[in-house]
Amino acid sequence: MPHFAKPAEGSWTEHYPELGTAPVNYSDSIDPAYYEAERAAIFKRTWLNVGRVERLPRTGSYFTSELAAAGTSLILVRGNDSQIRAFHNICRHRGNKLVWNDYPNDETAGTCRQFTCKYHAWRYDLSGNLTFVQQEGEFFDLDKADYGLKEVACDVWEGFIFVNLDPQETLATYLGEMAKGIEGYPFGEMTEVYTYRAEVGSNWKLFIDAFAEFYHAPVLHAKQAVREEADKLLGFGFEGLHYELFGPHSMISSWGGMAPPKDPSMVKPIERVLRSGLFGPWDRPDIEGLDSLPSGLNPARHHSWGIDSFVIYPNFMLLIWAPGWYLTYHYWPTAVNRHLFEASLYFVPPKTARERLAQELAGVTFKEYALQDGNTLEATQTMLASRAVTEFPLNDQEILLRHLHKVTRDLVKEHADAAR
Amino acid sequence: MLPAETLPAGFGALEPYLAWALPTEPERYARRLASTMDEMQAFYDTAFPLLEPALTHLDKIPLHELPEPERTLLHLMQSLIMVSFPVEVWKQPRVPDSGAAYLDLVVEPRI
Repeated sequence: MPHFAKPAEGSWTEHYPELGTAPVNYSDSIDPAYYEAERAAIFKRTWLNVGRVERLPRTGSYFTSELAAAGTSLILVRGNDSQIRAFHNICRHRGNKLVWNDYPNDETAGTCRQFTCKYHAWRYDLSGNLTFVQQEGEFFDLDKADYGLKEVACDVWEGFIFVNLDPQETLATYLGEMAKGIEGYPFGEMTEVYTYRAEVGSNWKLFIDAFAEFYHAPVLHAKQAVREEADKLLGFGFEGLHYELFGPHSMISSWGGMAPPKDPSMVKPIERVLRSGLFGPWDRPDIEGLDSLPSGLNPARHHSWGIDSFVIYPNFMLLIWAPGWYLTYHYWPTAVNRHLFEASLYFVPPKTARERLAQELAGVTFKEYALQDGNTLEATQTMLASRAVTEFPLNDQEILLRHLHKVTRDLVKEHADAAR
Repeated sequence: MLPAETLPAGFGALEPYLAWALPTEPERYARRLASTMDEMQAFYDTAFPLLEPALTHLDKIPLHELPEPERTLLHLMQSLIMVSFPVEVWKQPRVPDSGAAYLDLVVEPRI
């Protein structure tokens, strides 16, 4: 008997008949040719989030973004007109990488008045115009107007910067109804950032799988709760409050009774003193915009709502927590069996040591959990690659995984068919 | 002998653990992995009862105006949080079953 109501069809999955209920083939996570097809069909023509506007606070602020899956490096920069633009990180003279420090393949950031190539000192302004050529007279019929930086489509939604090498539609159209439903959330007030990074030896979809279901939580993370509580959670299992699919995107809404817990003895001693834990600081920050939430949050309107996780296809997840903070995940593929994982926690800047340390505990706790989540992946990748088993049954609480793999499969097929 | 102003008054019991007064998470995490459970248990047993008094003391001063002894105290309490998982939960320095997995903190607010 479910604890929370499911759709009339009897399950979340069957509410979306196009998903089917059959076991899912995971060859899509081990086949190098398939990965190349994903790069072409998805990463080179989909809106990708590369960070927040707070990383570009003023004119001349820039950062670079290494997009291995799309096969390029980009420069993101705020111009004199305050516009944020994206350019391929390549000098028009002979293809030298334009912006980098020490290690050409590492991302970098800073503030500048113009970009100067390290090789022959060609200079570009913040709008990408070529403004200076060393020994210009030595060239033949060179018109600087023809040699500006190559621009890439760039747009901003609620402070999140997106780029697209080959847009098929506007960012607003692409993000659609799901994003509209969370517009107005006070993301801009949450500027205290903790960013974690790791290179993970698995296909990018496998880590999204790991974070797009909470079915694993009472089992994998059992030791993180006090014993009695862990046993109780295992007995209940996990059920989402609500699931919803929006084109390629999807969301899960979950309860979260631990912030604050009903009974303080349920949590660890340090959590009791700092009033914080995995679900974040228990005391909501004092800012506007948290009392009446946008309509897309807590869609089940459940009193024990704790968190909404949004998968913004293909590789960006946004998690909004009831106590008033948010978390982002990015999964940047570098090979069929490798990706760069990035997680950022965003809090309202603390005013006191008590608030600061409550956030510290949330960050430390996040890392403890993520290390458990991440470590299962390399072994999963190895075992999938054995092809000893290729089809896997996914349950109703894993609907977002079924959807992720289906959307990917459909896009790869559509792209291949169009090329015929 | 350490100078008297290393830590705020009332927190002298933490002086043997000043090596834990580390301003960044990578330093705190590395020290955790390099420590024995006995070392972390001893630090925890001394620091944990002082956590609430430390919060009460530090909250009297704006976070970004903390004098040096208070900053040191804050860094020690950040390390207390770092060792709380090994001491309260894992009974070992590493997250169990985390093998070769790592997760580097590359951006963090520093005090």
